[in-house]
Amino acid sequence: MSLRTPLNRVLGLGSAKDGTSHFWGQRVSGIALAVLGLWFACALATMPGFAYADALAFIGAPLNGVLLLLLSVTMAYHSYLGVQVVIEDYVHGHGLKLSALIVSRFAHSLLAVAAIYAILKIGLGA
Amino acid sequence: MAEFRLPKNSRITKGRHFAAASGVTNVRQIAVYRYDPVSGDNPRMDTYDVDMDSCGPMVLDALIKVKNEIDPTLTFRRSCREGICGSCAMNIDGGNTLACTRAIDDVKGSIKIYPLPHMPVVKDLVPDLTNFYAQYASIKPWLQTRTPPPPDRERLQSKDDQELINEPAACILCACCSTSCPSYWWNSDRYLGPAALLASYRWLVDSRDEATGERLDELEDPFRLYRCHTIMNCTQTCPKGLNPAQAIAETKKMLVERKF
Repeated sequence: MSLRTPLNRVLGLGSAKDGTSHFWGQRVSGIALAVLGLWFACALATMPGFAYADALAFIGAPLNGVLLLLLSVTMAYHSYLGVQVVIEDYVHGHGLKLSALIVSRFAHSLLAVAAIYAILKIGLGA
Repeated sequence: MAEFRLPKNSRITKGRHFAAASGVTNVRQIAVYRYDPVSGDNPRMDTYDVDMDSCGPMVLDALIKVKNEIDPTLTFRRSCREGICGSCAMNIDGGNTLACTRAIDDVKGSIKIYPLPHMPVVKDLVPDLTNFYAQYASIKPWLQTRTPPPPDRERLQSKDDQELINEPAACILCACCSTSCPSYWWNSDRYLGPAALLASYRWLVDSRDEATGERLDELEDPFRLYRCHTIMNCTQTCPKGLNPAQAIAETKKMLVERKF
């Protein structure tokens, strides 16, 4: 049984002086995703076909490649921020929470880098 | 991890039924959560048939009638019976509100009454609000200034400035909002909750207060403030019609504003 006062428990380790960058990043990446997502939906709707060659031609076009890169990176970033919130909300064991946050960061980095590599490989014809 | 089921000793069982006296025709049934941690028994739902011909119009009237005439062991907080003290906050018909301002006629069928959700229960409808009050104290709910007050009069405030604090200052700290918030349920040890954040906002927008920066510094934290995900239960349930969700959003805007 702890004899710490209720106020002592509430004040805890003090304010982290952090969180606004996360909040702002989530909003800005959300706006970017809305614009990029709209472009991606329109682009898919006007694709001549969905054969392998059509997909290669679409991704290989410079503007499409750049926008796809932006979409992939923004999506991974936004998803990471969202998953972080879910973990912080629901995972309460300190060790488990930190592990989950690290795994999530690695997984989202892997997804983003894999997408960048694939798009560049097609775009640059390497 | 998050709790999806109540702990074993918190699961609610069926309780006793207190039938109306013979000859009573205008009856409303109220079902009340009963729990005494000292007894070691699980919580139960007792049901009472209340004679509405000799009962006032509000849920609190029915509870007082039950305590006075049917079951004196029923425990609940009450004081002003006019919606200004916040003592009789409880969960009625699925929503947090004040028993003294909730009309019996506004509830259909049996009236189900529980204590405020996800708080430790002292007894029956009395929740332990120790942490809630400590959170309120943590935001330093008093005027902080560096400029000394004028020697001959009070600190002045324009009418427009006064209107900014009118609404947030009307909070009665009943805890209906905080205990309706899922984020508060899961993280009340670190998230301040809508009531404390509304109180904090009341001082952030007070034109006489000179500690706005320090107050924002203390709030800027992933848990203290940013556990609010704009669920809006707080605003929906506030028995005083206040808008804690908007106050929290305005606080977040201030924190963004001072970055750029």
